[in-house]
Amino acid sequence: MNTAAQHDTAVPAALLLLADSRLPAGAHAHSGGLAAAVDTGRVRTLEDLQRFLTGRLTTAGLVAAAVAARAAQVLGDAEQLAALEAEVDARTPSPAAREASRAQGRGLLRAVARAWPSPVLDLLPERPHAPVALGAAAVAVGSGPAAAARVAALTAVTGPAWAAVRLLGLDPLAVSALLAGLAPQVEQVADEALTSAKPGQPLPAASGPMLELLAQAHTRTEVRLFAS
Amino acid sequence: MGSGKTALVAALCRTLGDELALAVVTNDIYTTEDAEFLRRSGAIDPTRVAAVETGCCPHTAVRDDITANLDAVEELERRHAPLELVLVESGGDNLTMTFSQGLVDVQLFVLDVAGGDKVPRKGGPGVTASDLLVINKTDLASRVGADLAVMAGDADRMRKGGPVLFTSLTEQPGAPDVAGWLRAARARWQGAVVTSPG
Repeated sequence: MNTAAQHDTAVPAALLLLADSRLPAGAHAHSGGLAAAVDTGRVRTLEDLQRFLTGRLTTAGLVAAAVAARAAQVLGDAEQLAALEAEVDARTPSPAAREASRAQGRGLLRAVARAWPSPVLDLLPERPHAPVALGAAAVAVGSGPAAAARVAALTAVTGPAWAAVRLLGLDPLAVSALLAGLAPQVEQVADEALTSAKPGQPLPAASGPMLELLAQAHTRTEVRLFAS
Repeated sequence: MGSGKTALVAALCRTLGDELALAVVTNDIYTTEDAEFLRRSGAIDPTRVAAVETGCCPHTAVRDDITANLDAVEELERRHAPLELVLVESGGDNLTMTFSQGLVDVQLFVLDVAGGDKVPRKGGPGVTASDLLVINKTDLASRVGADLAVMAGDADRMRKGGPVLFTSLTEQPGAPDVAGWLRAARARWQGAVVTSPG
């Protein structure tokens, strides 16, 4: 019996486009701390990368997924949106990481507003945090909180993974296989995030102190290939 | 790489800075060295220079995903509005560099004589499709055995007659020909009548 067929659902093409790493939203120049981890010798091999990605997924990835899912539910409410932005600030101690998040949020908002113009984007600040922008984007493409959480959790690992291919020359097929292996955990994290994103629930605050330190260390790196 | 792009940008800033409100965005491949060079050159107010990181991939940042460059241009405009000319420099490192139409109105492609006189004939989008091809460091031609007539002929053939300018910043530090071409291009872009192109 083909078990895969049991999960066969038609994913909207617009959602696939939103999750496409080629969407010109500026993410290609951000490594999510991976560049600094490489610079400081913490990530050298595929195994190191796996540990880095797992750590990122279960900390920053979980928070981003919950924020994205919450954003998708409170879009029409300026007060709640502002509160959500503040929740992200509070969960991101590193000024550099906050700036990287806002730069990516701005980029995503620009791309989405052009491709899927929608009044739901109008209440966002000019430079929203990336997961807030993603939550709004999910709604703009006709999806919702669950999709927002999935895309947020997935891109929390795909960005750094492809940065590692560029920086370390890792085998792209091996990295792709690594990401495929992480996919079930990505879905778990997204599901957990979706549960805690229900309005009234406390958002997760899983922090990765090393990611925050790496974000700061990156700003002091002399030879900088990535924006973060 | 090493063709003199940043030096040309500095020369253009010196020549055009008095008549046009300028700003520069540099896409350095791995440092802010080009931006720092420009800021220290005295050719332009340092606050009018912005640098963007390109994620190991300079082509992507000016072609496939221009987000960081748009952000940089918009920030410069916010700080120094109104701007009349923004130069976006990127270190191409090969002949396939194409700037997105979403980012620039015209693209200059800079080669240097020391790279060898065969380069124009190799073509590629930078040579064939750029709005202006600049062949720089003509003062080195005799030392590297490059034949400028060959380069001119090949460039003309590959570009189907599109404009080519030969420059030597050693001999003409203000790059007057390139500055003149830019003035004319800018006037065309604005729909004005150009009375004395070049």
